[in-house]
Amino acid sequence: MTTEELKSTLLELFPAAIPEEGGEWLAINVAPDELHDIALRLRQEQALNFDFLFCMTCIDWKTHLTMVYHFTSTRYRHNLVVRVKLNFTSPEVATLSDIWQTANFHEREVYEMFGVNFINHPDLRLLILPDGWEGKNPMLKSFEDPINMIRL
Amino acid sequence: MVEEIGTTTDGDLIINVGPQHPATHGVLHLVITLNGETIKKVEPHLGYIHRSIEKMCESLSYRQFIYVTSRMDYLSSHINNHGCALCVEKGLQIEVPARAKVIRILMDELTRIASHELWWGAMAMDLGAFTPFFHAFRERETINDIMEETCGARLTMNYMVPGGVMLDIHPNFRQRVHDFIRLFKSKVHEYEEMVTGNIIFQNRMKGVGLLSAEDAISFGCTGPTARGSGVSCDVRKYYPYDGYEQLAFDEVLETAGDSFARYMVRIRELHQSIRIIEQLIDNIPEGDFQAKTKAVLKLPKGEFYQRVETARGEFGVYIVSEGGTTPYRIKFRSPGFSNLSALDHMARGSKLGDLVAMMGTLDLVIPDIDR
Repeated sequence: MTTEELKSTLLELFPAAIPEEGGEWLAINVAPDELHDIALRLRQEQALNFDFLFCMTCIDWKTHLTMVYHFTSTRYRHNLVVRVKLNFTSPEVATLSDIWQTANFHEREVYEMFGVNFINHPDLRLLILPDGWEGKNPMLKSFEDPINMIRL
Repeated sequence: MVEEIGTTTDGDLIINVGPQHPATHGVLHLVITLNGETIKKVEPHLGYIHRSIEKMCESLSYRQFIYVTSRMDYLSSHINNHGCALCVEKGLQIEVPARAKVIRILMDELTRIASHELWWGAMAMDLGAFTPFFHAFRERETINDIMEETCGARLTMNYMVPGGVMLDIHPNFRQRVHDFIRLFKSKVHEYEEMVTGNIIFQNRMKGVGLLSAEDAISFGCTGPTARGSGVSCDVRKYYPYDGYEQLAFDEVLETAGDSFARYMVRIRELHQSIRIIEQLIDNIPEGDFQAKTKAVLKLPKGEFYQRVETARGEFGVYIVSEGGTTPYRIKFRSPGFSNLSALDHMARGSKLGDLVAMMGTLDLVIPDIDR
């Protein structure tokens, strides 16, 4: 499917999604409470078949957080970027680990690095950081490490 | 929190494997719940070698950050550098000279062979045979010598830079690669005789660590791990970069999905890499080895993603730029991280002794997982 066809198909299925072009791949912005429903449709819709969540991360924009999901289809080889804007006061979004099992580890990483809470995640604990780092979220721009190896 | 080590109320035994364990090849810590000898759960605890490379890169310029990436997957350092260089080039729209492209692919494939050889020796050692390790290192040393001559390093090469490669190849390069190909072809049958055809190894690997194609995709497995389950996912075929589309090579696929299938994928990939090198080594175009670039690189505002095929699978570089001299946010999608997440699923219900065979054929490199 070309980008144009993909865009029209997506807009038909999800009228609430806001498409964004200019990047390498088509991107859509969705609301946090709609993410799980849209993600499930992306996975199950035969024409889309986004079965591979190949990258998932979070960006700290200082005013808000953005979750970025990169999807691809192993059948059609088309790619899609899904962005979800989260506010700092309660960064919460539904887990996708029930749809793509790889999301389990990636969400745990985002949880400890950015403090995003994933609703219904089966096992939301620290993965990389040692015990005692709960709530410190080192990848946030506001985090200051007392021992900064680069500025030393 | 790590669970209490010992026996639980329903008779299960919880044990630690690692962080210091010879079969984990680094500092990987697994907490395993056992019922007798049967694995009920494997829980990886990561971070023993976490350096927060992504955070570090936010303070480094677009020329500097590539050097840090050699320290992630240190067995595929050329390919990591390659991915980062390509991502910066994509942002700056630099056209890389033909000579640099060919040198890059040659280096990538030599790295892949070196990585698979180390994996082969180490995996055989995990399963109890010491000799293959020395056989593998005999050939691998030859590759390291070639690298040392051209790049000045044997492990963390830092040879690929935005715009091309840092230095031209050494005058001996072509001859030494030819020597290596001859040596490799005369020795590779030993690999088959010692391990592939060995009934002990086959019994330990066949039917062990089964991973279906659907699960492999769902867990985000890539590289030989996914291709052993019949998932066609070679980045060099589907999203070719630097001229892979002009080369004749096959994507190696096995369908059994067990440890032996993953083993066979890597062994057969060795021959495909040799095939690629043979096509290029006598056809390195003349010209510049590096495009002219500005001293200070500034990526335009936007997001850039580049994926490359390392020896372990799909490595992704995701750069978010605000237009400055340093990346605003950088994310490395490392293949080992996703491949490891499938271990729990693979290991459940099998015997503790088989775990080593599964970990061996996942080809885990811990700095790549922890980053």
